[in-house]
Amino acid sequence: MHLTLNFEPDSTMTSMHKDTLLEIRNLYVKFGTMAAVQDFNLTLKAGETHALVGESGSGKSVTAMAILRLIEMGTQGEITSGEVLFRCPDGQVIDLLKQTEAQMRSIRGNQISMIFQEPLTSLNPVLTIGDQIAEPLILHQKMSRQQAREESLNLLQQMRISEAEKRLSEYPHQLSGGMRQRVMIAMAMACRPQILIADEPTTALDVTIQAQVLELIKELKNKYNTAVLMITHDMGVVAEVADQVSVMHLSKLVETGNVHQIFNQPQESYTQALLSSVPKLGATADFDLPKMFELAGKPIEDNLKPQKRPDYQATPVLQIQNLVKYFPVRQGRVHALEKVSLDLAPGETLAIVGESGCGKSTLGNLCCRLLESDQGSIHLNGIDISHLNQSQLRPHRKHIQMIFQDPYASLDPQRRVGDSVAEPLVIEGKLRPHEIKQRVSELFVRVGLDAEQMERYPHQFSGGQRQRICIARALTLNPKVVVADESVSALDVSVQAQVINLMIELQQDLGLSYLFISHDMAVVERVSHRVAVMYLGQIVEIGSRQAIFNSPQHSYTKKLLSAVPISDPSRRTVDRALIEGEVPSPIHNLDYTPIHLQFRQVKDNHYVAIED
Amino acid sequence: MPRIKSIAKRSLNIVVLLSAVLILNFFLLHLAPGDPAEVIAGDMGGATLELLAEIRTLYGLDLPLHEQLGNYLSRVIQGDLGYSYSYNLPVTELILGRLFPTLLLVLSAMFLSITVGTLMGVLSARKPNSLFSHVLTFVSLAGYSAPVFWSGIMLLIVFASIWPIFPVSGMQDIFRDPGIINNILDIAVHLVLPVITLSMIYLAQYSRLSRVSMMDVLGSDYIRTARAKGLSETTVLFKHALRNAALPVITMAGLQFSNLFAGAVLVETVFNWPGMGSLAFESILRRDSPTMLGILFFSSLIVIMANLLTDFAYGLVDPRIQKKD
Amino acid sequence: MRSRSSKNMPVEYSSPAADAMRMFYANKSALIGLVLLVSIISLSLLGPLLIAADPFDMVWAPLTAPGESEYILGTDYLGRDILIGIIYGGQATLAVAATAALISVTIGITIGALAGFYGGWVATVLISITEFFQVLPALLLAMVLITLFSPSLGVIAFAIGVVSWTPMARLTRAEFLRIKELEFVKAARSISASNTRIILRVILPNAMAPLIVMTALNIGVAILFEAGLSFLGLGDPSQMSWGMMIGSSREYILDAWWPVTFPGIMIFLTVLAVSLVGDGLNDAFNPKLRAR
Repeated sequence: MHLTLNFEPDSTMTSMHKDTLLEIRNLYVKFGTMAAVQDFNLTLKAGETHALVGESGSGKSVTAMAILRLIEMGTQGEITSGEVLFRCPDGQVIDLLKQTEAQMRSIRGNQISMIFQEPLTSLNPVLTIGDQIAEPLILHQKMSRQQAREESLNLLQQMRISEAEKRLSEYPHQLSGGMRQRVMIAMAMACRPQILIADEPTTALDVTIQAQVLELIKELKNKYNTAVLMITHDMGVVAEVADQVSVMHLSKLVETGNVHQIFNQPQESYTQALLSSVPKLGATADFDLPKMFELAGKPIEDNLKPQKRPDYQATPVLQIQNLVKYFPVRQGRVHALEKVSLDLAPGETLAIVGESGCGKSTLGNLCCRLLESDQGSIHLNGIDISHLNQSQLRPHRKHIQMIFQDPYASLDPQRRVGDSVAEPLVIEGKLRPHEIKQRVSELFVRVGLDAEQMERYPHQFSGGQRQRICIARALTLNPKVVVADESVSALDVSVQAQVINLMIELQQDLGLSYLFISHDMAVVERVSHRVAVMYLGQIVEIGSRQAIFNSPQHSYTKKLLSAVPISDPSRRTVDRALIEGEVPSPIHNLDYTPIHLQFRQVKDNHYVAIED
Repeated sequence: MPRIKSIAKRSLNIVVLLSAVLILNFFLLHLAPGDPAEVIAGDMGGATLELLAEIRTLYGLDLPLHEQLGNYLSRVIQGDLGYSYSYNLPVTELILGRLFPTLLLVLSAMFLSITVGTLMGVLSARKPNSLFSHVLTFVSLAGYSAPVFWSGIMLLIVFASIWPIFPVSGMQDIFRDPGIINNILDIAVHLVLPVITLSMIYLAQYSRLSRVSMMDVLGSDYIRTARAKGLSETTVLFKHALRNAALPVITMAGLQFSNLFAGAVLVETVFNWPGMGSLAFESILRRDSPTMLGILFFSSLIVIMANLLTDFAYGLVDPRIQKKD
Repeated sequence: MRSRSSKNMPVEYSSPAADAMRMFYANKSALIGLVLLVSIISLSLLGPLLIAADPFDMVWAPLTAPGESEYILGTDYLGRDILIGIIYGGQATLAVAATAALISVTIGITIGALAGFYGGWVATVLISITEFFQVLPALLLAMVLITLFSPSLGVIAFAIGVVSWTPMARLTRAEFLRIKELEFVKAARSISASNTRIILRVILPNAMAPLIVMTALNIGVAILFEAGLSFLGLGDPSQMSWGMMIGSSREYILDAWWPVTFPGIMIFLTVLAVSLVGDGLNDAFNPKLRAR
């Protein structure tokens, strides 16, 4: 396939600064009629990590794909003008946009490599790991199959993948997410490229695994003097790894500079707004209540208003006792929850944090009776709802509602959003149609939307707006408890901040309690009164947010907190005690008897599981 | 060992299915309007009273139904599918004699339509907006829309009257030269038109399916990774994409097998191909129920075997099936 | 798609269904198919009303070629007018195909929805039943049914419907399994929506797109099925149908090509029209596929 570009090649080759490895000049990329990247410039030096930051739709991924000219294959993307200058190992400077397809192929995977976001779908499911790693070695380094196999083994060991020999003949689905991403990195580094382009490499990974992978990339970078172009939306990751930062917004470059400059003295208003939306770990260390983000247009006085505190003297609005849930699978059982107990006070936000497999989502689903528990009880407003049948349950359901993670799957695409919000009232059947419409209008306004938008369909709204609609739907029946299952995890940072502010506001106005399930420690810090840390289906530590964040006791809590990237480059941790290995699996065979943890009291309401 | 357990489960499944088919056969025979003895005797015209009485004793038609069912099932297990009064042969023998031509026809058609269809679909997916793509889409739509018996007749007219290079009837020439090679060639030459007719429909379906499947696969993340490694487009297409795109095709192949048999009935009738399909048609003309039901059972058996094979083939291609940890 | 703000929204409030219909009408081949289909249906329904004739009547010398007489399409081996046969032949085919498609779609969607939604032993039983019908070659079973019972239009429609529902059941089950896991369904459950409500008003409307496309496919299959049965002589002998015309003239094809060619062309055009409409619907519901 011969790629041709639709513009005149520039015969005057401008030279690059001698330290520069890659320079993008005035890049324009379009998709059909839409401009995806406009007038983009970037400079990358050898051995440097340059972070390209932006929210969804900013054009950052398109830019990355354009460097390797992958944008023209299989999509409608077209590079309309610009230069991408690259210094080859022999010193010669070439414009990647003017290379033939055959020349590009010899550069891809060889001198410039790329890794992507989703490690499961980014590896071919029907080919072995060994086969896939060997490919660039055989192709670019002209190794024999035997040599390639040995080198692949070597690479896997460097990536600290356990049982490397065995892995070579395994398939992607047999490996965990973190391992797959390491395999991707192995494939990308196989030919010791000058530049590694990493497109959101850790977004789909657990926080502790993310820390491992970032550490690995840092090590490899230092060892081979590879320049890294890191595409991300996570400012914490940027603060941890970047030397230089470029900020993109709606296809244009907004600001670029040294990482300290960008974080401490952002010049452009978009950058400032972006940074103010980012939850910084430690920002609320002195404050024991949830704290709203100080966004542009949001008066700071709201944070100084006397906040209502949770009522710890009253009966807890939600009481969970010894909840057990198993899922049968082929090899045995998934021990999702092992005798979990906790209380939620009126007006309180209790955050449940943990990584994949800890059971936090299962807990949320059980509270809403979307799943049936195997043992234990759930008391809502003092009444045991865990064993009621569907019709008995109905009058109680309205007291506890759920907001889900994916705003794109949370609303029925075939239904107008007003109807989706009205549905709980329609099913309840107590109000007349015009009263229902009235209530829905009120709710829309309450969550910050216009009442006329009731008539629209979900696909006409953005992710943040849809999440507001879901909040409106949850509030329809005036619940006492709202379970927020990773409700802000899929949103852009600036939108996330707005939705969190809304949730805190609603809590103050309506006296709601939240069961806030999340893996994002920095967000949890802003939003919660108390925090429970879960691991392998059990709570390992529980206490007030200040206690947990300022003086964590359990080793897992400490590792979890230390793995979180801090959005402040001056506090970059040089050496961290990282968790070794993978997040363990809660699958056991049927003979396994679980060991239930015992607790000791640290202080007041701060309890920690006793470790041996 | 989990392997043995799943094989045992599969076998049980097959036995249950076949028994269900047999029970269906049994009840159809008895639910049909009229005297079961007459239904069994068929439309010979000369179903005398003695013959009917003979049939009644032979099949135990005066016994209670559940005993009759038991007898029927035990007979089938021993390989006895009944007796055809119009052909004067045991049904099993009759069907076995016509098995090979049908299998030859159906397997050849399946092979042709899958390989050619998939190839065309793959090539079309590479360049979805090319002339080739559009022509292929149109041709496959046309091939699919034409009734198979009509296409056969049209081919027959063309090759019988206008361009007689292929024989239009039967499987073998009575006046052929002796010898095995000549035998094979003779059959092959007779096979051409029936196979082309039968494969036309499925070729259409496979090329459409493989085109969609390949386009889907070409848009996936692992193909993006393969390109990012600098692999040539040919390697990407044939090493990385094809196996994944083949999976839905294999699934469909398994499902289409029973339809192929239906098509075989029509094609064999048009071309006088001496297989089970034309036997089915003839037995209907003669109202020969034991034969019809025997064919129904036999073809279900073959379909079940074919499904097992496609499942096995699928497992070979997709490692996620075999190696579930 | 993610960074759309509500300020830039067009004033019309478009449902996904309306969007799809708009795309359908913009698709040329789908429109051709639709026009063709409507023409054929009109011909078959209105033709017999406007032209009173009996297709079984012997009107002229047998095997008269087209153009040799006033009978434009010629006559068959019994001297019957082929053109009248074409005009009258569509009724039986369309009526049977429509009824059969209705039966198979109803059975298929019901079984698939229940198996997909409930799971457990309900699903196991329903899946076994589906497998059973899938394994029996449909044409053979239909042939057996018609032979044992009588070849009236009703029996034929019933037989076709009863043997061809399995693909629809499989598709419906797959769609239900997929949609059931989506969060808006969980949201419906969390507000105590009854199972019936969830199946009919939440999941099913979201499954409609592929089901509609498959229904078009089913209609095409039913037409070919009816034609095949009539060809084999298993159609209703009192009704002229295109398949019957081809089957009855089979022995004479080497002498007369026209009695088999024209009815075949009619069947071909009808199925083609239905397929084009089906394809158009498929593309309308899946804009991603068209873009490539």
